[in-house]
Amino acid sequence: MTIGDLTTWSRPSPKLWRMRVVELAIVGSVAAVVAVIGIASGRAVALVVVMVVVVVVVVVSAVFTRRRYRAWGYLEREDDLLVRRGVLIRRLSVVPYGRMQLVEVTAGLMERLFGLSTVKLHTAAARSDARIPGLEPDEAARLRDRLAALGEARAAGL
Amino acid sequence: MTTSPERSAPAWERLHPMSPVVRGGRAAAALLAFLVFTSVQRQHGQQTHVVVDLVLVGLVLVLGVVHWLVTRWAFDGETLHVETGLLRRDTKKVPVARIQAVDVVQPLVAKFLDVAELKIRVAGSGKEERLAYLHHDRALALRASLLAAHHGLDPATPEPPELPVAAVPAGRLAWSVALTGSTAFLVAIAIGLGVVFSVSEKAGLALVTAAFVYLLGLVTGIWRRFNSQYGFTIAQAPDGIRVRRGLLGSVAETIPVRRVQAIRQIEPVLWRPLGWRHLQVDLAGIGKRDSAAGSASLTKTLLPVGAPEVATAVRAMVLDDRGVTLTPPPSRSRWKAPLSFHNLRAGHDDDVVIAVTGRLRRVTCWVPIEKVQSVRRVQGPLQRRLRVATVHVDVAGRRVDASFKDRDEDEADRLVDELAALGRAARTRALPGPSGATA
Repeated sequence: MTIGDLTTWSRPSPKLWRMRVVELAIVGSVAAVVAVIGIASGRAVALVVVMVVVVVVVVVSAVFTRRRYRAWGYLEREDDLLVRRGVLIRRLSVVPYGRMQLVEVTAGLMERLFGLSTVKLHTAAARSDARIPGLEPDEAARLRDRLAALGEARAAGL
Repeated sequence: MTTSPERSAPAWERLHPMSPVVRGGRAAAALLAFLVFTSVQRQHGQQTHVVVDLVLVGLVLVLGVVHWLVTRWAFDGETLHVETGLLRRDTKKVPVARIQAVDVVQPLVAKFLDVAELKIRVAGSGKEERLAYLHHDRALALRASLLAAHHGLDPATPEPPELPVAAVPAGRLAWSVALTGSTAFLVAIAIGLGVVFSVSEKAGLALVTAAFVYLLGLVTGIWRRFNSQYGFTIAQAPDGIRVRRGLLGSVAETIPVRRVQAIRQIEPVLWRPLGWRHLQVDLAGIGKRDSAAGSASLTKTLLPVGAPEVATAVRAMVLDDRGVTLTPPPSRSRWKAPLSFHNLRAGHDDDVVIAVTGRLRRVTCWVPIEKVQSVRRVQGPLQRRLRVATVHVDVAGRRVDASFKDRDEDEADRLVDELAALGRAARTRALPGPSGATA
């Protein structure tokens, strides 16, 4: 069974996890600052309660983020690309190389700071939805070129 | 492809001289409606405004005449040339090999003047060339020669006969439109308004004024459905499925079977006792909208309403399912889909995926495996607890998604592998005949 066998799956770079932690830290500190300003005139008890809530939320999110990060994986098979993701809702997409219309490499602000890229695959179906975030630039470029070449070799019409 | 010897100098022709009138007719009608509306609003009756409106109507007609003067077309047996534009000359060449379908459209005004518009769908560009308007007979003749040339015959070959498959009687169409949600809703509103009126006329009037636009929209929608699908006939033609329809205006369109991505059969709850069915097809690459994700697609009605045998016969023109056995998901899926579980069925063979979903509106979806873009397995928290998963089969366009809902986990895993392998096999089979496969 290809799907259960996790050893052969490629994974995003560990930098993706670091990036997610930094994102979470930023959001958490902003929330804390807003909370402190919001109840500056209030009592100390309220402040403590709010801080505890913020910390708990951040920790729980961190656990989920860690699991989400670990859930990402992709597998290049002979004729199609498999992408799996998700913790609560587990998704597995099978995209045949012959169906790829466009391979896109993007990098958002945070990704650029961490030197990462996202590879996105587009087919004619709007719902195909296969993307792989947090790839090292070399791996992203390799994947893009390989997918584009394979897509051309196996292209099929609509 | 045969080549006419004298094709060096194309014989240019103009559009029908009444074209500006038909083109302007719509704009003039809209202006007239606007004029009436505004003059009702201002009771003073200032003449200057009427003059302004009349000048506008005249301007539209003059522009139409200019457009007619600068537009010409020619067909030399291999290429259709269309030239238009006064300031910016616009020359288009449509090689017959790239023609996908030729539709003849006739709005109401055009019907009176015996002219018709020719819409030519071209492969690749996803655009439509329009010749508006030609004399009706000229349009039919040009259509026949374009299609003959496309199939590599002499352009003078008469159009091959169509084989009629089904027609929708007006009475049945009227009933089918009457038995829809929006009509039921309209009746409910009318009854409600009647009750309010009997209590207080003032309140009733206020309500009608408030809901007027909405009611108008509702009525227009119902009317449009009846008008556009009146006199629906389906015939088998060499280049696809020929559909003719329309009450006030008429449309003759061709659905290219090779480009059908999916067929949907819809059975609304109100039709269920009568066993009536509605058929739709999704076509790829000829839609007008261009979207960033996914290529444009278009949904067309294949059969507005019909008995099960008719629906089966019409569907068989596009796709033959050869008795695929449909199986329900395991009974524990009832917890996940308490309502639709009753209808959930899905199955596939080497060529087609069939899935039934929905509770009140039962929807059956056929997807040729050759057209499958990607396969997805999705499992939510509740599904994981029940050890079931959903396998989606994606097709070009945004709407279609045949899915094996809430199947047993092991079956879902097997389905993902099977469908991926079958899709590969179907694509390889389709490749040797590139004439139709190229998008």
